[in-house]
Amino acid sequence: MSLTVRIRKQLGAFQLQADFTAENEALALLGASGCGKSVTLRCIAGILRPDEGVIQLDGQTLYDSAAHIDLPPQKRQVGYLFQQYALFPNMTVRQNIAVAVRDKSRREAVTREKLRQFRLEEVAGQKPRQLSGGQQQRAALARILASSPRAILLDEPFSALDSYLKYQLELELQDTLAQFPGTVLWVTHDRGEAWRSCRRVCVMDRGVTEPVMTMDELFRQPGTQSAARLSGCKNYVPVLPAGQSVDVPAWGITLNCGREVPAGTQVIGIRSHHIHPAEAGETNAFSCAVERVIDDVFGMIVLLRSQSAAPDAPLLRMELPKETWAAQPDQTRVTVAATPEDILLLK
Amino acid sequence: MDWYPLYNSLRIAAISTVAVFMLGIFAAYYIAKLPRLAKGVLDVVLTLPLVLPPTVVGWLLLCLLGPKRPLGAWVLEAFGIKLVMTWWSAIFATVVVAFPLMYRTARGAFESFDHTLAEAAQTLGRSNTWIFWRVQMPVCRQGILAGTVLAFARALGEYGATSMIAGYTPGRTATISTTVYQLWRTNDDAGALRWVLVNIAISAVFLLAVNLLESRERQSRRKGAAS
Repeated sequence: MSLTVRIRKQLGAFQLQADFTAENEALALLGASGCGKSVTLRCIAGILRPDEGVIQLDGQTLYDSAAHIDLPPQKRQVGYLFQQYALFPNMTVRQNIAVAVRDKSRREAVTREKLRQFRLEEVAGQKPRQLSGGQQQRAALARILASSPRAILLDEPFSALDSYLKYQLELELQDTLAQFPGTVLWVTHDRGEAWRSCRRVCVMDRGVTEPVMTMDELFRQPGTQSAARLSGCKNYVPVLPAGQSVDVPAWGITLNCGREVPAGTQVIGIRSHHIHPAEAGETNAFSCAVERVIDDVFGMIVLLRSQSAAPDAPLLRMELPKETWAAQPDQTRVTVAATPEDILLLK
Repeated sequence: MDWYPLYNSLRIAAISTVAVFMLGIFAAYYIAKLPRLAKGVLDVVLTLPLVLPPTVVGWLLLCLLGPKRPLGAWVLEAFGIKLVMTWWSAIFATVVVAFPLMYRTARGAFESFDHTLAEAAQTLGRSNTWIFWRVQMPVCRQGILAGTVLAFARALGEYGATSMIAGYTPGRTATISTTVYQLWRTNDDAGALRWVLVNIAISAVFLLAVNLLESRERQSRRKGAAS
């Protein structure tokens, strides 16, 4: 049971090149908005036709440009949760679910079952616009599952909801999907959402997918700058590899990475909360001038300039608890460090 | 008073509305899917009758359907039917003139239709025919209804092209509009006034019915939003 996607599609100046395989799992498709995630989902569902390539689901070919196979969406059995849910506004919740049941003899039973399972019995006779955002999402999910899909595609499932509701529904959605036996492809731009709900992730950058990795790898060694950026890393600086260290010309320092630096390394990334005030004798300590201090909700953001930095060098962003910052004796000049293992080596 | 013009006008308007309803929706549905250039060209051609003087439309129709013209001559020869100067000849005129109103309002409704609804239905296994009748038409109902009403009103009020292609024969091709003109021309002001009042009454009732429908629609929508 798996979903294999290897397609290319040209849309104006934008080129999509998606290449990944999702096993029987929830795979996150992580990318900035406009990077082609939705286009990929639409190609898989059969709503959009790729220019070339192959799409296979559970061993069946849904699309193959070389063999001239292109199943219509009706025959693909792929459930698609649209951003705005796409519930039919002219039908009640019950009718919305019933139309998804292909087998007429089981239509009533399945509909009743889904209404109960998704706690929609009370609103079964209402139209979608009368429902709350959360109920709409449940109705859309109930409808998808009533169509007995082999795979489910989620397109930014929480984009239409406010953050408190989002948290509630995320738990529900996890429970629902945990019982689903097939592949789930979860499109999001939110690394937290991906981390909480998926084990593995496929990063997409400007239309091109990167190799699938575990969520853990994404945070520990993302490999590329685009993946690091999607994982939330905010400090980047060009470097020159030097054995187990890297030279950072822009900051006028050398940083120990604690491991052999691959020859192709061009940039390093350091997460803001991995920069900390240095203890006496710590490796990778360097002195910085404080350029700006921003009071954040639960902590402080401090923008630093390395003492020996070039004038146009990027500033270094440090995030730390309010107490730690308050305890600093000098708030205009601070010596900071980054643990060797926390330095991300990127291409 | 001879009520034939009323009967004739109503049947012409009703038949042409049915025809325009189907033709307009068909055209709107397929043209909305076309590439930009083709859409632009077809749009101009199909909307032209709306802005042309009805006499120009009438003249062009006579060029096509007249007994000595290609189509008219062929039908006359093959079936022995004359296409002009009968009561139903006016239907050609009213269809052409009312068509753009139906087409444009239906196209506007189809273009504002949220296509993710159709896509969702496809992924749920529903055929395109089902989607059209069960989702797209009901969702676009208001625009389509508005187009139908406008087309009927326009067909009922058609004069120029109708008078050219069907003429005015009392008890045969007379409609309300051609009767009013004829009575005025023959200085029968009292007769003309009677038909003017009949026409105003029909139009008023018609518009009233439309407003009623619309407000009922709005009410049910508000009720839906409140609960």
